[in-house]
Amino acid sequence: MSKPAVKVHGLGKKYQIGQQGRVTKTFREAVVGAMASPWRRFKALSGDHSHDNIFWALKDVSFEVPAGDVVGIIGRNGAGKSTLLKVLSRIVEPTEGEVRIRGRVSSLLEVGTGFHPDLTGRENIYLNAAILGMKRAEIKRNFDAIVDFSEVAQFLDTPVKYYSSGMYVRLAFAVAAHLVPEVLIVDEVLAVGDAAFQKKCLGKMNDVAKQGRTVLFVSHNMGIIETLCTNAYWMEHGRLKKYGPTHSVVQQYLSETMKRASTSMDLAKIPRAGTWGSQLLITKIDWISGLPLRHGEPLRARIQFKTNGLVEDGSLGLGFSSLEGLRLLTFESDFGVERRRFSKEQTHEVELHIDNLPLPPGTYSFNLGARSGDVFSVDYIDDCGQIEVAPGPVTQAHHYVPGAGVRLPSQWSWGHGAKEMESPGVRCIVN
Amino acid sequence: MSVLESNAVEVVSAQAMEREHQPEELVIRNVRGWIGIDWAEIFRFRELLLFLVWRDLKVRYKQTVLGVAWAVIQPLFNTLVFVMLDRMADISSEGYVRSLYIYAGVLPFTFFQTGVNLAGLSLVNQSHLLTKVYFPRLFVPTASVGATIVDMAISFCMFGVLMAGFRFIPNWQIVFLPLLLIPTIMATLGMAYLLSSLTVSYRDFRYVIPFMLQSWMFLSPVMYPVARVPLKYQWLFALNPMAGIIDGFRSCIFGKPWNFMMLGISTTVAVVMFLFGLFYFRRTERRFADIA
Repeated sequence: MSKPAVKVHGLGKKYQIGQQGRVTKTFREAVVGAMASPWRRFKALSGDHSHDNIFWALKDVSFEVPAGDVVGIIGRNGAGKSTLLKVLSRIVEPTEGEVRIRGRVSSLLEVGTGFHPDLTGRENIYLNAAILGMKRAEIKRNFDAIVDFSEVAQFLDTPVKYYSSGMYVRLAFAVAAHLVPEVLIVDEVLAVGDAAFQKKCLGKMNDVAKQGRTVLFVSHNMGIIETLCTNAYWMEHGRLKKYGPTHSVVQQYLSETMKRASTSMDLAKIPRAGTWGSQLLITKIDWISGLPLRHGEPLRARIQFKTNGLVEDGSLGLGFSSLEGLRLLTFESDFGVERRRFSKEQTHEVELHIDNLPLPPGTYSFNLGARSGDVFSVDYIDDCGQIEVAPGPVTQAHHYVPGAGVRLPSQWSWGHGAKEMESPGVRCIVN
Repeated sequence: MSVLESNAVEVVSAQAMEREHQPEELVIRNVRGWIGIDWAEIFRFRELLLFLVWRDLKVRYKQTVLGVAWAVIQPLFNTLVFVMLDRMADISSEGYVRSLYIYAGVLPFTFFQTGVNLAGLSLVNQSHLLTKVYFPRLFVPTASVGATIVDMAISFCMFGVLMAGFRFIPNWQIVFLPLLLIPTIMATLGMAYLLSSLTVSYRDFRYVIPFMLQSWMFLSPVMYPVARVPLKYQWLFALNPMAGIIDGFRSCIFGKPWNFMMLGISTTVAVVMFLFGLFYFRRTERRFADIA
């Protein structure tokens, strides 16, 4: 225990962001540009990025992980968590700094790496385990345990392309769960599979942690981080911001995230398909009632848009979709209300008010659009970004049922057989 | 379940003990310039190479009606074509049985062509592996060539059948054939490393490789004897490693006099090609995950 299992010193990883969206102004420029472009592209592909923006995905990261420690790495998307794991896994080379790892390392950045759809479950166990660094003898020894853990024994000789996604993930995780390295590097891979299997995986991870192996673990799920990890690293902008006992780091992280959530979102730069956005461009939305949105609470939002030409019969709409892209809820300004004429070349503003937001707690993507008349869309943004709906005070009182979707009050007329009760029983669901 | 778990713990402790004897430290840092080959690492991962070859072979004929039979059918059809050529075309074969003579050239060249073609695209086709897990990157193109070696073995069997069909007894020098396989495989691996690596950076090579291999065949004495090339240009011709190798194949099988000058040049070029490909690959492999 004297020497650290993982020692990272001054680690940095630089990326170049290539120039994008170069606009050619004249025909001559376009022709010259086309002639020169193979050369320019050759230089770009060869790694000459002298004209590009430089982006440090990791910068000055130093830490030491004592052997047997389970470390959770948290931070927002793009904070450098995955890049750090990739460097530690030797997948990408650091630009500067040094990493020293003592003992056998296994990294699990994805479940089922190297699975081949045409091979059977049995064949994929061998292939995947070998890719993850297991020896053949080791795989043979663990084979039955892997099959048992995966719960897909009866489909072992079926090509995995016929597996359901749940079976696929179970098999893949079963292989990974039987890795026995001294240092285990895990990216957000537990966020897959059904609830029961996730629980099983967590149990396995817990075992791993208890066996005195060193684990570095990235997750967005603070609950999992708090249960599994002894210490947490909070990364921000490629740097290590905080390090310490899990609970205190996670709490600080959560409170800062809440504070930081900007209620104003710039939408002008999101690319539109076709001619959308040319006549009328939705530029901004302000969530006046604050973020995250709250279930059952009033929602107020101010939408800003710019017109180029005159828009007759204009109306605006705000939609919420599941992350899979299925529209769940739409609010339209011309729903029973007259449409407007938007004068040209002007910045307009409209405020939307909803008495109580019926969307159940969860993460959604939202869409914004503007129409002229019944069907002609002048602007439409399919995916403005993700938005969180948090439970509101009303959620408990209304017996929020997970998985019930949007619940609205309704009237029911019963037949003669259904008698009113003397002391009406009201459904009460806790949790 | 409990039995299994106790098993697993036993395994763990056994390995922990095994490992205590060899504490290894891995150092990750930026390396510039040309990088040597980490033989120890390749040895440690050797089983994975076999797994990758096995996968390439296994996957190839999945969901085909005829399955592994294809591995025999392809060279069989090749052979039939040459038997027909023998009857119809007027191709010089220095007086030896014409279809055998041509087959002796087609066999090594097909290996080279298939190997380079498959391996050239192997890295881009498996970029998901490069970005998610570490193992010696050299294994990816090597496995493609490895799977092609199995094809070559089948072609050799077909060649034997063909020789029996023509009641042809090869010259005793055929014992040198295995030696000739060494530069053949080296040249193939060299091009495989070079082109697979180039294809990752420049996807143009996806289109260049098939075209290049086609031209390469015409520059190789597959359909004609080396003797057709004027003597004073033979050294130039031999810069194509497949030229000297194919000529060597024919010397082995037919007992035709050896052209040592060509064989020497071609073998040297094959070795240089192998080393250059290998080191170019090593030099560029650390960028793969960033650009794949």
